[in-house]
Amino acid sequence: MLVVTTALFVAAFAAPLVFRRLGRSTFYVLAAVPAAGLVWLLAQLPAVLAAEQTAPTGSDSAPPGFSVPWIPALDVHFAFRLDALSALLGILVLGVGALVLFYCARYFKNDDPNIGPFGAQLTAFAASMFGLVTADDLIVLFIFWELTTVLSYLLIGYARTRIYARRSALQALIVTTFGGLSMLLGLVLLGQLAGTYRLSSILAAAADGVPELAGTAADIAIALILVGAVSKSALVPFHFWLPGAMAAPTPVSAYLHAAAMVKAGVYLIARLAPGFSTTAFWHPTLIVLGLATLFVGGWRALRQTDIKLILAYGTVSQLGFLIVVTAIGTPDAALAAMALLTAHALFKAALFLIVGIIDHQTGTRDVRKLSGLARSAPKLFVVSLLSAASMAGLPPLFGFVAKEAVFESVLAAPSLADGRFLGLGVAGWVLVGIVAGSVLTFAYSARFVWGAFATKASVPATEFRPVAWMFLAAPAVLTAGTVVLAWIPGTVETLAAPYAGLFGESPEPIHLGLWHGLTPALGLSAVVVLGGAAMFAARGAVARVQDKLYPLIDAEKFYRYTIGGLDNVAVWVTGRTQSGSLQYYLMVILIVGGATPAVAAIFMEQPVPLSALAFETPTQLVIGLCMIAGALLAVRANKRFLAVLMVGVTGYGMAIIFALHGAPDLALTQLLVETIVLVAMVLALRSLPARLWESNPSGKKWLRAVIGIGFAAVMVAIAVAAQAGRVADPISLSLPKMAYEIGNGHNIVNVILVDIRAWDTFGEITVLVAAATGVASLIYVRGRGDGGRATADVEPGSVGRGTEHIHSSSRRTAALAIARHFAESAREAWIVAGRTLAPERRSIIFEVVTRLLFHSLLLISVYLLLAGHNLPGGGFAGGLLAGLAFVIRYLAGGRYELAEATPISPGTLLGLGLAIAATSVVGPVLVGGELFQSAALEFVLPVFGEHKFVTSTIFDVGVYLVVIGLVLDVIRSLGSEIDERSEGRGITERHDDVHGTTEGAAR
Amino acid sequence: MILAMTVGVLAAGGTYLLLQREMVRMVFGVGLLSHAANFLLLASGVPAWRDEPLVDRMDLAQAADPLPQAFVLTAIVITLAVTIFMLALAVLGHNDDTRRAPETGETHEK
Repeated sequence: MLVVTTALFVAAFAAPLVFRRLGRSTFYVLAAVPAAGLVWLLAQLPAVLAAEQTAPTGSDSAPPGFSVPWIPALDVHFAFRLDALSALLGILVLGVGALVLFYCARYFKNDDPNIGPFGAQLTAFAASMFGLVTADDLIVLFIFWELTTVLSYLLIGYARTRIYARRSALQALIVTTFGGLSMLLGLVLLGQLAGTYRLSSILAAAADGVPELAGTAADIAIALILVGAVSKSALVPFHFWLPGAMAAPTPVSAYLHAAAMVKAGVYLIARLAPGFSTTAFWHPTLIVLGLATLFVGGWRALRQTDIKLILAYGTVSQLGFLIVVTAIGTPDAALAAMALLTAHALFKAALFLIVGIIDHQTGTRDVRKLSGLARSAPKLFVVSLLSAASMAGLPPLFGFVAKEAVFESVLAAPSLADGRFLGLGVAGWVLVGIVAGSVLTFAYSARFVWGAFATKASVPATEFRPVAWMFLAAPAVLTAGTVVLAWIPGTVETLAAPYAGLFGESPEPIHLGLWHGLTPALGLSAVVVLGGAAMFAARGAVARVQDKLYPLIDAEKFYRYTIGGLDNVAVWVTGRTQSGSLQYYLMVILIVGGATPAVAAIFMEQPVPLSALAFETPTQLVIGLCMIAGALLAVRANKRFLAVLMVGVTGYGMAIIFALHGAPDLALTQLLVETIVLVAMVLALRSLPARLWESNPSGKKWLRAVIGIGFAAVMVAIAVAAQAGRVADPISLSLPKMAYEIGNGHNIVNVILVDIRAWDTFGEITVLVAAATGVASLIYVRGRGDGGRATADVEPGSVGRGTEHIHSSSRRTAALAIARHFAESAREAWIVAGRTLAPERRSIIFEVVTRLLFHSLLLISVYLLLAGHNLPGGGFAGGLLAGLAFVIRYLAGGRYELAEATPISPGTLLGLGLAIAATSVVGPVLVGGELFQSAALEFVLPVFGEHKFVTSTIFDVGVYLVVIGLVLDVIRSLGSEIDERSEGRGITERHDDVHGTTEGAAR
Repeated sequence: MILAMTVGVLAAGGTYLLLQREMVRMVFGVGLLSHAANFLLLASGVPAWRDEPLVDRMDLAQAADPLPQAFVLTAIVITLAVTIFMLALAVLGHNDDTRRAPETGETHEK
């Protein structure tokens, strides 16, 4: 089974390649694959038919099947099973599939667009369909089901440039996917009720009358599944997608929309019928909808002028017929349903292929244009006549045999349900409906033959190019099947008998055959023929009646309104919510962020304990007040520089509070971060105008204030509650022990960062690398700008010259003279690239201090890094301090000084840091440990004494390097690069420029 | 109480600044808001003065909860990265004040 499915999928994937070499003849190769599958399937038949159909897979008497666990946690298995029903469907799928692919080789031209993908999709469809009928797991079944839906969508939309084809494809997709989703719900519900997703087990349980599968829940599950089946098989009210699907190339219509895919719904109902035909919604839904479809389809088929649409509506009608018979649920009806299924596949596929030939040879499918084809294409006419007669139910053809069996089974059926309507039982109404539908079937069959082949007096004879026998072969073989099976009906009966046996024993079993004697069924057939003939003869009158009644209800219009309404709602919602304004989005986020905890607090059952402590230490009070003042001033500031300083005040305040709260690591880190941010902001501000907008152009000042205060109120409430809210023991109680015994460190915070929660930190340094790279690429635009000019090439005193206006007061002139002297005499005395700076930019004191501080700071940073495991410090603090050392070098000596100080580019540092961190993550695995596992190495160094080295320090080294890289990237981008761009132009002058330009065009 | 008030003022000011159009003000807003959030985190772990969480060097019964501290440390460094990135964005435009929303290229029929 799996081999056949897989082979078909492989053929599908390979098809586009083969098409490039062989052109349309590839279809012959493709046809060979399902044909080979058919041969294999026929070889399996004896075993399948001899097997006990309900035996669980794996037992001796079970049909061939296998199961491989796929998602064990959900009890989903890759399970397949070939019982009699699957085999019968499989024969149709593979047989008709092979013939249709064979036919395609003459239907298409070598240079048709997309013929390769088309062949692949059609073959993949055959694979999916075969998988669908052999799947024994609800989820696997659903997957194949949806695969057929998707492939059908692609195949209907074959003519990509035609709007009608695309719209029809989408319509079919939406309708059948809607049904599919409902079905998925039903399948999951059914699987949960049964406790297994194995289809065969569920059916066996249902047949045994397991109570879980007999309640209301099971009824609902089945009803949901029926929605899927009904939509797939195009029953009322979903029938409209099937005629639309006729936009597909005719071979696709023949295969998907007549013989195979639409039968998936019938298959599902046939599959479930033995276990669930007595559930609450089964008969009411299927029999009512089936009869309605039988009638609506037949009625509308009589109105069509396109012979393909006559067949399409005929298919809708026949599907309703099939569903009714399949749903009845007696052994006789099951046999009749299988016979009808086979007959329909044979004659309907053949007729579609004939339509394809007529379309291909004459260029039209319109009954008002076709004339005289019976004379000009006699072979085609004979084939069509036989198939159409089978459709109409005329002897001696298999369609007649099947229809007789249906009549007999309905006549023999015990009353389907209690209750009578207008004096007739349910079975009686079914019989009336079927006979009426069959009369319509006869009439449209006649209309089809007449429309396609008759010589019409008012229409000139249609030109018909002779048809090649290879082209005619596929419909001819199918029609031959129709004829031959009528004489050996026992073949189909043998195939269907094991399936029919699932419904128990029939008291008086019916048999398939051409002649049963003068039975009531024969009488009904005669009624059908006479009624149909009369209806065809009076077609003019029928058409007039139809014109008056038409259209009663148009389901397609309803569909269009629904979809249109959905589109409008989507547009409305998108328009209302996605305004494109960042402020608006932020407002929504902040309001939700504030309102959610507030609402939760209102509905909280227990009152939250609140902390009433005014302040813990006087220092805390002072710092708090300073921070409040800083924050308020930052909001009110009208100059950027003031705002920067005030934000800095709050930041340094934070550092002190951290120190007061027993968090030395935080205090240290916050202090360093705040300093770096301050420097970065000041550097960045150089290229921005000094003043902020005083009146905000976006307005809504009060709204912003209200949101701000509301959000803050929630934060305050949380803060007050959080300080007093600890009622249970914190999870961190065990951390000190873990830190020391497992992490080998005294500083718990650091051990958490580099060991206990190292994954988190690893993610964090990745973010740092991304941010650093982002900043560098935003500023440098082309690459990270890691290369640079050598200091030796720079003319002394050229950097920063003239960027600032120097007032020509006498004191300043004197200062400048001293500076010039210093610049000339003390070359490279204190810092390397000091000479490159313009004399007025140099500061002797700063250079000397830098000289003294730089190496000390680096040394301390390394100490912080190494000591961090046991004392405050660590990679972050160390890296920030080292970064600060470089910041000082830059501020003292300009960009060449910075370049001299960093022989390794920041990009390399970032990469190296990340690589070292990653190595320390993976390293332990290589020696048989786990990710992030750490170990302590103890050793004795001369002079320094006993030492303990914990391997997680290596991870911290990575963090250290990444942080240095980040800081370097920041001063390089916001410092060096902006210096270089602004050189030669005064800062004030540039501001005037900015003010003079309109925004947006500033760059 | 002073802690809660500080959180409140930081959060209100940060939110107010964040909702403006100028990029630099938004950077300031993010800075203030992150301070408020860090405060909140710390407050959840430390009800009063506590000793540094260093094993063997301090009395662990008196030590502060190290877990919020680790969270805050991560948050501080991430805020650094975000602030710097936003600053770079602000610098790109030379003038960070936007007086109207940029054109989207769409046309709307009335």
